[in-house]
Amino acid sequence: MSNEATLHSQQEVMHGAHDHHDHEHHHEDSFISKYVFSMDHKMIAKQFLITGIVWAIIGAFFSVLFRLQLGFPDATFPWLESILGHWAKGGRITAEAYYALVTMHGTILVFFVLTAGLSGTFSNLLIPLQVGARDMASPFMNCLSYWFFFLASLVMMASLFVQTGPASGGWTMYPPLSALGDASIGSKIGVDLWLTSMALFVVSQLLGGLNYISTILNMRTKGMAMTKMPLTIWSFFFTAILGVLSFPVLLSGFILLLMDRHAGTSFYLSDIFIAGKALANEGGSAILYQHLFWFLGHPEVYIIILPAMGMVSEVLAVSSRKPIFGYLAMIGSLFAICILAFLVWAHHMFVTGLNPFLGAFFVLLTLLIAVPSAIKVFNWITTIWKGNINFTPASLFSIGFVSTFISGGLTGIWLGNSSIDIHLHDTMFVIAHFHIVMGVSAFFGMFAGIYHWFPKLYGRFMNSTIGYIHFWVTMVGAYLIFWPMHYEGMAGMPRRYYDVSNWASFKQFGGLNEFITIVVILVFAVQLLFVFNFFYSIFKGRKMTTLNPWNATSLEWTTPIHAGHGNWPGEIPEVYRWAYDYSKDGRDFIPQTEPIGPNEEVH
Amino acid sequence: MDTAVTAKKKWWAGGYSPFNVSYGKLMMWYFLMSDAFTFGALLIAYGTIRFSSPSWPDPNEVFKSFPGMGHAELPLMFVSLMTFILIMSSVTMVLAVHAGHMRDRKAVAKWLLLTIIGGFAFLSCQAWEWTHLFHEGAWWGRNPFVNADGTQASTNFTNFFFTITGFHGLHVTSGVILNIVILANVLKGTYDQRGHYEMVEKVGLYWHFVDLVWVFVFTCFYLL
Repeated sequence: MSNEATLHSQQEVMHGAHDHHDHEHHHEDSFISKYVFSMDHKMIAKQFLITGIVWAIIGAFFSVLFRLQLGFPDATFPWLESILGHWAKGGRITAEAYYALVTMHGTILVFFVLTAGLSGTFSNLLIPLQVGARDMASPFMNCLSYWFFFLASLVMMASLFVQTGPASGGWTMYPPLSALGDASIGSKIGVDLWLTSMALFVVSQLLGGLNYISTILNMRTKGMAMTKMPLTIWSFFFTAILGVLSFPVLLSGFILLLMDRHAGTSFYLSDIFIAGKALANEGGSAILYQHLFWFLGHPEVYIIILPAMGMVSEVLAVSSRKPIFGYLAMIGSLFAICILAFLVWAHHMFVTGLNPFLGAFFVLLTLLIAVPSAIKVFNWITTIWKGNINFTPASLFSIGFVSTFISGGLTGIWLGNSSIDIHLHDTMFVIAHFHIVMGVSAFFGMFAGIYHWFPKLYGRFMNSTIGYIHFWVTMVGAYLIFWPMHYEGMAGMPRRYYDVSNWASFKQFGGLNEFITIVVILVFAVQLLFVFNFFYSIFKGRKMTTLNPWNATSLEWTTPIHAGHGNWPGEIPEVYRWAYDYSKDGRDFIPQTEPIGPNEEVH
Repeated sequence: MDTAVTAKKKWWAGGYSPFNVSYGKLMMWYFLMSDAFTFGALLIAYGTIRFSSPSWPDPNEVFKSFPGMGHAELPLMFVSLMTFILIMSSVTMVLAVHAGHMRDRKAVAKWLLLTIIGGFAFLSCQAWEWTHLFHEGAWWGRNPFVNADGTQASTNFTNFFFTITGFHGLHVTSGVILNIVILANVLKGTYDQRGHYEMVEKVGLYWHFVDLVWVFVFTCFYLL
């Protein structure tokens, strides 16, 4: 079959739908097909984003609850009992509830917010718009991808309300705690629902990832060579590859875990006593689960951070009116990170029983990641260096991203050393490290993306004043929350503990813990302000009057303000240059759609 | 950008599929890579546990029955037959795809039907083997077989056997279902209208993959 036929047969439907329309009106009019089971990538992006926001509020609220326990271990809050019932008897969160809150906070934020909410939103929104396609390769699978995510969300949400509570063995769900229903109250049906939900989530990621990859490879518009794509697209491309290759391994791990729970197998179990009674399980290995988990778990942190990196690269170039510095080096470092992501998983297991000899190799490979990360950081700094920066909320969050990525990344070099890890593992230092480098950074990238592309999503702008308040409080607050945790961790204060005030050596942090908790509440309140800004601006925000409000070069700003399904009313524009021709030849910017002039130098 | 016209087509310059394949085929290839990681993880998990065990049951002692042969000891004969059936079904699938290229509807239908029969035959063999092992007392969490060195074996021999061959059987089952759907479309003439039989190629890719996985499963559980 000829290439033209294979490429265009999928688009015929789209073209056909528009033949009998003169302007960008939508041919799908029913509420269900437009807002619910939509096949338009822009609507699916909004669905992912709003579901992610709902989850983010829940997940962040959980952290407020357990921070109350950590900050004020002796105080009682009667209102807690009214919302949590017997999980907070007398106004104090019980130990079981605390573990459940910590577990669900991790699960929700890592998977439901920063994977689905971040990459799901922006891969969907930007891939077709920036490569110049009518929609994803398979709009139907794209729709399925969201609804599998929605199902996963329902199951996870349901697990919060079962009588024995949700899973509470930590977001990594390590056996034997997670494999034996009798091990704890949080190991009962909560874990089954958790595993079911995550299996549905893996399906959703697979459907989405296959679509992203084939759209980027196959559906670029004429002239859009791979090296002319914005860095956002490159980052979504590598993110999708990471997801498609690592989530299935997690699925295998979960299948074996479910078998251990219900089929009487011993894949992860050996020599275990419960309540003084020896179990018959023999021959399994708990470390095996950790390998399978972290083979996803480590790429997962790059699945979270790569989309943020891509969007930050784009926003920084646009807002400093300069071409991105080291475009090819940026792609190369994304590629290097993508490869290394698969080769470092065991650094999460230095002290869990991994062979120290094996650990040495993982130290080396882990520290190698500093190289591409540093390349990216220097390129971002050089991009804004001497730039004419527009300090929009999006660009502030991008700069904030670079800051937190550096400070969180540096502590990664500490933790990547297996010998230092002996002291620092399972302490608040680890909490501080990964919250700054992947939690806060990824959120900053996501906020940058939301503020920057909000006009593309809804045809209106978000309020900038609230945006500035949101940025500064979040930026300062994030450092105030997580910076002190480094000291707590170096002093040996363990993570995940319900109450550390019993130890004389950790009692000294009582005041500091109170302080952190108060900042957490403040920062949480400001996030609610952001949520208000988001929903208010959808309906009441300042209207977009020009097609290209940020004077950006990329293709998404050539579509109508309220683009219909199919994105461009006429032909898809052709592309002649890369996406970073800013401040070139005396011009502020040159759109990708403009042909190269006769005497013009190519980047 | 260099816009000079060259004799060679710029496959990566946008507007074309760089590999000259449809998005559907591309997705299938990436899905198969993904699925290869699923099976890879399961088989590596199996290897890890097996190598950390002091001893392991001898497959020649476990898999030695043949339907209708009573107590005659025929080690690995039945599984060889199963494997032969599955590989033959791959051959018929190749012929179906080839007939698709020729746009020969009748031949596609014939070879696809034979592939489906092969798939069913394989699944039936697996069902017989599982039933037989179950009656010998083997199941998840139960292992009647002793190690090759005569010591008591852990249950992980049967645990992994049933999990991984079961997972593979599930893949074969979905493959058979897919093949039936495609066969129905072939008979309806859907692909003649469409002008190409690419769907047959796509399910063909999946079918060969499932076959290839069996080669690894077969090696790991029956030969090693």
